[in-house]
Amino acid sequence: MLTRRDLLLAAACGWAAGPTLAAEAGTADDPGPFGVLPGKRPLLQRALRPPNFETPLGDLIAPFTPNDVFFVRYHLAVIPWVDPAAWRLEVAGASAQRPLRLSLSELRHGFEQVHLAAVNQCSGNRRGLFSPRVPGVQWGNGAMGNALWTGVRLRDVLRRAGVAGDALEVVVRGADSAVLPGTPDFVKSLPIDRALDDSTLIAFEMNGRALPHWNGSPARLVVPGWTGTYWMKHLTQVRIEPRPFDGFWMKAAYRLPTGAFQGARFVSQETPETTPITEILVNSLITQPLPGTRIRRGAHAELAGKAWDNGAGIAAVEASVDGRNSWREAALGRDLGRFAWREFRLPLDTRSLGPLEIAVRARSRGGAQQPDKLTFNPSGYHDNIVQTVAVEIV
Amino acid sequence: MLRRAALIAAAVGATAASLAGVAETGVAARGSPPQEVIQLRDGAGRELIVSRCIVCHSLEYIPSNAPAMDRGGWQKTIQKMRGRFGAPISDEEAAQILDYLAANYSGKSQT
Repeated sequence: MLTRRDLLLAAACGWAAGPTLAAEAGTADDPGPFGVLPGKRPLLQRALRPPNFETPLGDLIAPFTPNDVFFVRYHLAVIPWVDPAAWRLEVAGASAQRPLRLSLSELRHGFEQVHLAAVNQCSGNRRGLFSPRVPGVQWGNGAMGNALWTGVRLRDVLRRAGVAGDALEVVVRGADSAVLPGTPDFVKSLPIDRALDDSTLIAFEMNGRALPHWNGSPARLVVPGWTGTYWMKHLTQVRIEPRPFDGFWMKAAYRLPTGAFQGARFVSQETPETTPITEILVNSLITQPLPGTRIRRGAHAELAGKAWDNGAGIAAVEASVDGRNSWREAALGRDLGRFAWREFRLPLDTRSLGPLEIAVRARSRGGAQQPDKLTFNPSGYHDNIVQTVAVEIV
Repeated sequence: MLRRAALIAAAVGATAASLAGVAETGVAARGSPPQEVIQLRDGAGRELIVSRCIVCHSLEYIPSNAPAMDRGGWQKTIQKMRGRFGAPISDEEAAQILDYLAANYSGKSQT
């Protein structure tokens, strides 16, 4: 029984169970309640503690998603304020020849700085749109964003520490942690080749400014083309190891049925049944028109949105207005880099009265294309099906 | 093992401190932390849920997952919380929690 003392304690810490019934968390059609984290503009609140907030569609229109609307995702609720001056990055592990500890200043000035535009997309983005529904954070479209990341190459830092010939994986850990001692810390690993890829960064800036607290201050991993689970926030330790990491968040979480999806294979973590999620699948997002828009017959109207993939590059974005019988190619916008999203635009034919359903599919230079049908998986990952929007010509 | 009240205080305090401390670093606007406004449905076992579950997380996870859940799904979830995440919930408490969630937050349609 919750005692008065418990409630007083909770209230003293600044929380109280309010009298109002919260929107029962929202669905794809009703986006649900907005919430405000300090430093962020209102975002769609999927959970308060630990914070899981997604970006509203209107804030995904700009070429770069501003820091104060960039989505926030945490697994664990103890999120310390890291003092950048006191922060150190430990580089160690059984396959590290010369373990290092680097300050932020040493990191910034001791290695070549790189700027790279890349989409960060949660593995579970759009899970709330799965049919049938699956458990987990019920994200809509907004657990993603495009940012310009500034940092140094993880490769350069690892090489400074010396990578032994038997190196197999790089284990990455951050400063956030769980409330209970028995909950596994959020620790991930990368294949050594992915860690040494020249696009993998230790980033300390986002869109030209210091990383916001909620997006991983003072430094985080950026793994372009791979899903957000690897983009470790509040990075504190990288360990070069000769053996597969066996922590919970690799062995028992973020896994797909083996062979169900295309993309880079994390061989040292694969079992016959399941394999870790790795690359982002080719995908698109319609930002205009909004669902249910009524367009005056004959008015100028334009379809617009974004397309992205694992870094192979968007080859084409096509739209269909006749139930996917025929497709027209949209114009692609400025190329911001292969890991960034690409804008697409296409004028709409508004001459005929009545409902208009527009379907959009992106194709990657690697040949992959958005499918019509969802590949169901119990964790709710990889929703990259053809996107649609229904409007009306009036 | 921490006393339950201390666990609750520690849990809410940790994130509250994270939210409240923002003003000092100059990162963000001032203001009080967002309130946890979830009120779960009336039913036997609600108070137990509230006291056990909020140790680690706020309560939106319950209504937001309801459409995907049935009794079996909640059973797996409770087992994950106890077995994988170390939630200090006794067998008897787990049974009461399961009954409450199965009765009040199981929206998965039967086919």
